[in-house]
This record gives sequence, structure tokens and C-alpha cells, in this order.
Amino acid sequence: MERSPPLLRSVRVLSGILLIVWLVLPLVPLVVWSLARGWRYPDLLPDAWTLRAWDYALSAQSGVLPALWTTLVVAVCATALAVLVGVPAGRALGLHAFRGKALVEIAILAPVIVPGIAASFGLHAVFLSLGLTNGIAGVILVHLIPTVPYMTLVMAGGFANFDPGFEAQARSLGASRWQTFRHVTLPAIRPGLIVGALFAFLVSWSQYLLTLVIGGGRVVTLPILLFNFASAGRNDLTGAIAVLYVLPGVVVLILTARHLSGRSAALVAGLGR
Amino acid sequence: MSDRLKIALLLAPALLLVGGLFFGGLAVGVVRSLGVSPALGGAGPTLAAYRTLLADPEFLRSLALSLHISVISTALAAIIGVAAALLLRRTFVGRGVATVLFQLNLTVPHLVGAIGILYLLSQSGLVARAAHGAGLIGGPADFPPLTHDRWAIGIILVYVWKEVPFIGIVALAQMQALGEDWESVARGLGASRWQALRHVLLPLILPGVLAASVIVFAFTFGAYEIPALLGQSYPAALPVLAWRRFTDPDLAARPEAMATALVIALLSAAMIWAYVRLVRRGVRA
Repeated sequence: MERSPPLLRSVRVLSGILLIVWLVLPLVPLVVWSLARGWRYPDLLPDAWTLRAWDYALSAQSGVLPALWTTLVVAVCATALAVLVGVPAGRALGLHAFRGKALVEIAILAPVIVPGIAASFGLHAVFLSLGLTNGIAGVILVHLIPTVPYMTLVMAGGFANFDPGFEAQARSLGASRWQTFRHVTLPAIRPGLIVGALFAFLVSWSQYLLTLVIGGGRVVTLPILLFNFASAGRNDLTGAIAVLYVLPGVVVLILTARHLSGRSAALVAGLGR
Repeated sequence: MSDRLKIALLLAPALLLVGGLFFGGLAVGVVRSLGVSPALGGAGPTLAAYRTLLADPEFLRSLALSLHISVISTALAAIIGVAAALLLRRTFVGRGVATVLFQLNLTVPHLVGAIGILYLLSQSGLVARAAHGAGLIGGPADFPPLTHDRWAIGIILVYVWKEVPFIGIVALAQMQALGEDWESVARGLGASRWQALRHVLLPLILPGVLAASVIVFAFTFGAYEIPALLGQSYPAALPVLAWRRFTDPDLAARPEAMATALVIALLSAAMIWAYVRLVRRGVRA
């Protein structure tokens, strides 16, 4: 590769710095607010630093810990269900060509692109008559709308590179169905499975409107609480909850960093919303 | 077991869930938007809700606002995203940090980004404080309104903040898959840097970038919490208007709420059609 002229190189460094500052900047006031005592306009920094907002956030009165628990239960259940149905469906799409495949792919892709608002309004009417509104079971179900297609598409990618001939060999050598799955299939699809499940978890973790529509404000997840505190102008507490809310994403990123590269990153980026 | 049966069984649970929850929900929404509902008595199907919407200035202004937000956010995110990808594929000081931040940003929920932008750019926010410190403004009222403003600048900035890394990573993955060969050939044949970029690299990554842009457009058109937090109350973005009517104590507003939400879905469905076409063309190319 040829060497770039010096001007181009300085432009690169400069735009790189701009990019880094821009990516970090919106997160800065959240952290500062969570640690601020009396941060009035026009002070650039708070008068004093304190852990009061964190104390309150982690105390019983704020409701943050129950909300954290609810968000976690919903996300874990939605992810587990998405894995259960997404892995077989991904296998069908990744390994087989069949009539109507394009249609199935579009049907699976649709919920990823079409905003959930329309389906959730209609679903509310149905869930109302089934007694599924205002409860955690209904919220878990509605979170399957984004997580199942996501898991299916990631696994379709994972199975595309899998040779089912290995399974046939294992079976012919006397392995049971379960042994074949456990020792042949699972190790082969594990990277996709882990990345897919972690990001399906994040997809559920980030849902706001679906939870609001079906949960009716009774199922209080972390984003519902965060939105309420932000609208109420409790900046210090909002900052603390926002930091808590971002942490699982950071953990997932660290866990998946070595699996993420090139195309898989694009896939995750394309669907992890 | 025949192959067809096996495939059907593998697909059945996922298709039943997606079909029942997503397409079922949409279908019920369509029926309700036509005024057919047990709560409202036995009124027959009618297009009254859609007629009301088309004659409702608030709906039309909300539609215009949402289109404004989505078009500008998507265009900015695509341009800056591709520029950032061009930057990140070359080595420079700070490249590692920028790449990590790019990926980190993908995992940050939109709501957090919206609150961050609020605390950064509101009239008593961090930037306004810095402007005061620099002697540029007196009180908060002197700072130009960038949140809850007419032009939805705050909302657009949240989307640009969140979607630049998304489009950037898609574009970067495409550039890595293509490698350097295409451009090297162009350069070897006498093309300038700019010509190689303009006539060789950009056309090659265009289908993927457009497909990613379609996803961004549909998302920004249908997202609720960002305009709910950062938008003006009138006109409100379309999803905010839909939610308001959905929660209206007057049940007569329900068909309009459903119809508003379906307009969002319909436009996004048009986006899927475009997406599929673009991806197909990308595969052929």
C-alpha cells in the first residue's frame, strides 16, 4: 500500500479525535450528574461530588433494584425462548433450500425492520381479552417479536458454514441423537449461539415501547423507570440509572469482542436494535 | 422423515410465534382501525378513521415532522458513517479507541443517548454552560433551543449519534470483505485517490450502505421514546401522536390511534420491499 501524503494523515488524526469526542460526549453529563451535588447553571462542574444519587438508586425507596430484576427476568426469558425456537428455524434457513424460502425470510425479517408500535397496539387488544396485559408474561411474549427473528437470522448465518455430514458420521459411528447434538452440532454453532443470545438479551434489555404498551406502566423495567425520572427532572438519579442501564451492554461487548469481526459485526449491528 | 416435513417442523415454532404475535397483532390493528371492535358495538368496517386522519392538520404536521426527522437523520448518518468507515480502515493514532467506542455505542440503548443529548444540549446543558463560561451568552434563554425545538435538532442528533456507528460498521465490514485490490487496480491505471474512491469503492459498498440506511430510516420513523423525551408537544412525531391517541380515555380515538400506527407500519413495509430489492441487487453485483 502506498504511503498517504502528510496533509491527508493530519486530516485523519484530526477527524479521528473529533469522532472520539463526539462518540463520548453525550455520555459525559450522565456520569457527572450521577456524582454531582448541586450542579447549577452556569457552573461547568458540580460544587461537590457525592454518592448520594447512587445510595438512593440502590435503596429500597427508589424502585431501581426491583426494576433491574424485572428487566433481567424479562430479558433472560425472552432470550431463552428465542434460542429455543430460533436455533431450529436458523438451521432450516441456513442448511436447506426449499420452496417459499424467500417468503419465510421476508416474514422473519419484517419484525426486525417494521417498528413494533403497530403490531403492539393490535396485540394489546388480544392480550387484554386473554388477561395478558399489565403482567410480566405478556411483556415477555411481546419481547419475542424482536428477539425471535434476530436469533433466527443470526443462527441461519451460523448454520450456513456447518456441514451436516459430520452429524451423519457421528450417528453412523453409534452416537445417539443427543450425543450427536451435544458433541458435534453444538460445538460447531457455539460462537454464533453465544453472540446471538447475548445480543438478543440486549435487544430485549433495550425495549421501551413494547413494554409500555403491553405492560401498561405496571411492569416497570429499567427503561420505563429511567424515562420517568428523566421526564421528572431528577437528573442525578437519572444519571445513576442510565449508567447502570448501560453496563450489561459493556459486559456483552467484552465477552463477545473476540467473536466479533467483519461480517459478524455487521450482522450484529444490523439486528441488534 | 422426509426433508420437507423436517424443514416444516424446524421452522414451525418460530413462524407460529412471529406470525401470531407480529402479523396477528398487525391484522388485529387493521381490523380495529376499520372501526370493528366489541367495545364500540357492532359498527361495520369503515374507513372513517383514515378519512379523519387525512383531514386532520395535526396528523399531517406530525407525518411531515417524522419524515423530516427520518430523512435528515438517515442522510447524515449514512454520509458520516461511510466517512468514519473510510477513516477507521486506515491506521492512525487513536484508531483502536475509536473502533472500541464504535462498538460500545451500538450497545447503548437509544433512551440513554436521548437523555445524554438532553443534558448536553438543553438550554441549561453542558454546552450552554461552556458557552456562558466563554462569554458567548448571558442566561439560558440566550442559548439557541436545540432540544424540544421546531426543527427536531436534538432528536436528529440522537439518531445520528446512534446510527453513525451502525452504518459505519456495516460499511467497514464491506470494505474489509472487498479488500484493497479493486482500488489498487484503479490507481495503477492512473486514477486519482478521489477517482478511485468515487468510481470504484463507493459504488461497490453502496448496496450494503443503502440496505443499512433503510433499516435506520424505518427505525427513526417508528421510534417512540426519543421524540417523546426531546420533541415539541405540537406537532409531535408520529409515534408520539399514535401513543397519545392510543391512551386517550375516549375509546372513539382508538381507531385513529390504530390507523396512525398502521401508517408507520405501511411506510416501513415499503422500506422492506426496498431493502430486499437492494440486497438482491447487492448479491448479483
